[in-house]
Amino acid sequence: MKSRLSGNEAVAYALQQLNPDVMGAFPITPSTEIPEYFAQYVADGQVNTEFVTVESEHSSMSVCIAAQAAGARSVCATSSCGLALMYELLYVAASCRLPITLACVNRALTGPININNDHSDSMGARDSGWIQIYAENNQEAYDNIIMAMPIGETPGVRLPVMSCMDGFITSHAVENIELLDSDVVQGFIGEYQPENYLLKKENPLAVGPYDVSAYYMEHKVMQAEAMKAAKNRILEVAADFEKISGRRYGLLEEYRMEDAELALVLIGSTAGTAKAAVDQLRAKGEKAGLVKIRVFRPFPGQELAKVLAGTKAVAIMDKSEGLAGGGGPLFAETRSALYDLPERPYLISIVYGLGGRDVKTDDIETVFSRLAHISSSSQIGPVYTHMGQRSKEETV
Amino acid sequence: MSKVYNLKREVEKPARLTGGHRLCAGCGAGVVVSGVLRALDQEDRAVVVNATSCLEVSTFMYPYTAYMDSYIHSAFENSAATCSGVEAAYKALQRRGQVEGTVKFITFAGDGGTYDIGFQSLSGAMERGHDMVYVCYDNEAYMNTGIQRSSSTPAFARTTTTPVGSAVKGKKQNKKDLTEILVAHNIPYVAQTAPIGNFKDLHTKSHKAIYTEGPCFLNILSPCPRGWDYPMEKLAQITKLAVDTCVWPLYEVEEGVWHLSYRPKKKLAVDEFLRPQGRFSHMFQKGNEWMIEEAQAYVDQKWERLLEHTGA
Ligand SMILES: Cc1ncc(C[n+]2csc(CCOP(=O)(O)OP(=O)(O)O)c2C)c(N)n1
Ligand code: SF4
Ligand SMILES: [Mg+2]
Repeated sequence: MKSRLSGNEAVAYALQQLNPDVMGAFPITPSTEIPEYFAQYVADGQVNTEFVTVESEHSSMSVCIAAQAAGARSVCATSSCGLALMYELLYVAASCRLPITLACVNRALTGPININNDHSDSMGARDSGWIQIYAENNQEAYDNIIMAMPIGETPGVRLPVMSCMDGFITSHAVENIELLDSDVVQGFIGEYQPENYLLKKENPLAVGPYDVSAYYMEHKVMQAEAMKAAKNRILEVAADFEKISGRRYGLLEEYRMEDAELALVLIGSTAGTAKAAVDQLRAKGEKAGLVKIRVFRPFPGQELAKVLAGTKAVAIMDKSEGLAGGGGPLFAETRSALYDLPERPYLISIVYGLGGRDVKTDDIETVFSRLAHISSSSQIGPVYTHMGQRSKEETV
Repeated sequence: MSKVYNLKREVEKPARLTGGHRLCAGCGAGVVVSGVLRALDQEDRAVVVNATSCLEVSTFMYPYTAYMDSYIHSAFENSAATCSGVEAAYKALQRRGQVEGTVKFITFAGDGGTYDIGFQSLSGAMERGHDMVYVCYDNEAYMNTGIQRSSSTPAFARTTTTPVGSAVKGKKQNKKDLTEILVAHNIPYVAQTAPIGNFKDLHTKSHKAIYTEGPCFLNILSPCPRGWDYPMEKLAQITKLAVDTCVWPLYEVEEGVWHLSYRPKKKLAVDEFLRPQGRFSHMFQKGNEWMIEEAQAYVDQKWERLLEHTGA
């Protein structure tokens, strides 16, 4: 079914189709509309969901953890400070192996307070043990959230899934979108059948122990194995999803990378802008390409290395300032992933778009001309820069 | 409860908190928890929720749980939200016809996890009206981390963050009256009790809390021989002194109606409760008589107020 929806509305609609048992709800810009739309579905009796209007995001995640442990499917949505307030519980959710679904509408993390888009919120949670999938546009935001449960609930995975989209750019912009029928969605996710859960009559369960040194490490290794196993499961679910939707997804998306010598690696809605810039450069005969990271956790390191193996110079564009002193988090992951290549391209880190700073096709073209210069001169210049800002630092 | 309370019959029921947990000998918490769980009707199941605390680290150390019922611990400050989540799941699964029998939801948290860090979560859960019981086992300090003060610690008590020195002598502030704050939430049932005598008061109130629909709150005094610094075999004595001095009055508020559960025949002087406990020993040094006077005045004032509320 064709429709026109904002990203938030699309995600809320998907959640209604998923019909979760429990939703924890707390407002924060720009994700607020998701629980608002959902509240209307509840008010209209369209879902079976216990809609728990908590007093904080800390409680929202706590409710989701408990409900999922009790045997229910639970969901919530948040952004920025809300995700930060959940931080402690994100680790609890993952270590208890609870496949909760969280819609993260990416927004800059305070301080200073800023309501616009960047990825500092979910990047701060990248090591919490959650699968992270990022959307480029409304369609992907809708599709990704529908794939979350079948990925997370698989016995070999059993991990929570964070489905991310860019605040305002994706969450508030109305776009054409193709929606699935609700019974198709229900058929796709199937019934939730956890092996053990708190409310199971036959077998009482204890969750969340005090874990001593003699066991803790084994439990962490099991979590690490689950995260590795998630990669394959994400691809399986994508293949099944293609059958019902005709839309194909991978761990990453290659755009005109066949013979690309100069490439960008980035996440989220900027891919749309970058694709337009790549097209313009290709029209001029430049061998430009783009890699959009769709799945950040588990990180598709080998896949990325394979795609970038033939390139000469690559800019890794981070929409969050990791404040590591040497480049953004995506840069660090990418550089590490490429270490095993026999011949590595030049790599630069460009931090951009913080707190909603705009990025245009011109900006992307500037990055490519920098890459072209690096490639032809074999001079890398500054490795770590910020784009589109007014301070003295040499940009791009 | 249809049957008249009978301690012998109650203790013969299969225990829901089993022995072999790692609480200190003489710890009030174990007695409180087993007492509350005993009030569950035998055929009913429960999901027990626990905040990080002495109780949690002692009763569910992987891979051993001391609970016969399902149990969840998530963090220190979110036990009320956690209980809300389990209860919400129960409702949703019940509508789908996926859960059998009656299940009750009971949270246990210490005073730190209740009066302080978990206060917001508790207030939220009570306001939302989940069908659950929240039990605070109040031992008047953060015991699990080594006896630090909480807002439940009484004035003058020595803790590791309110030490006794030449300039400052123990905690400066009075104990927060959390039970009254919960009364102000206008929930169906709020009660204060203690593991005292034949446990009738604790049992009756627990049963009421568990089987009253909606959010119910129990504040239960839970002496800690380590933190309060008294011999471990004196649990019953110390508890009785707390009640007979009116330091810890037993009362309940049912649908907004206050009721005094116990009036000591002779209200004892507060120093009888303070003297056996090392945490108050400095109050008995020469020159510190004013501390005992202040403590007495505070207890008297609170007691008078309670009598007014209960019309007793
Ligand atoms: C967010 C957070 N802060 C601090 C702690 C450390 N901590 C664990 S238990 C505890 C004290 C618990 O005190 P209380 O709730 O009174 O229970 P008790 O141990 O006294 O029975 C503290 C401070 C923690 N686990 N989590
Ligand atoms: S320190 Fe106190 S509260 Fe903790 S287990 Fe020992 S007696 Fe119980
Ligand atoms: Mg305590």
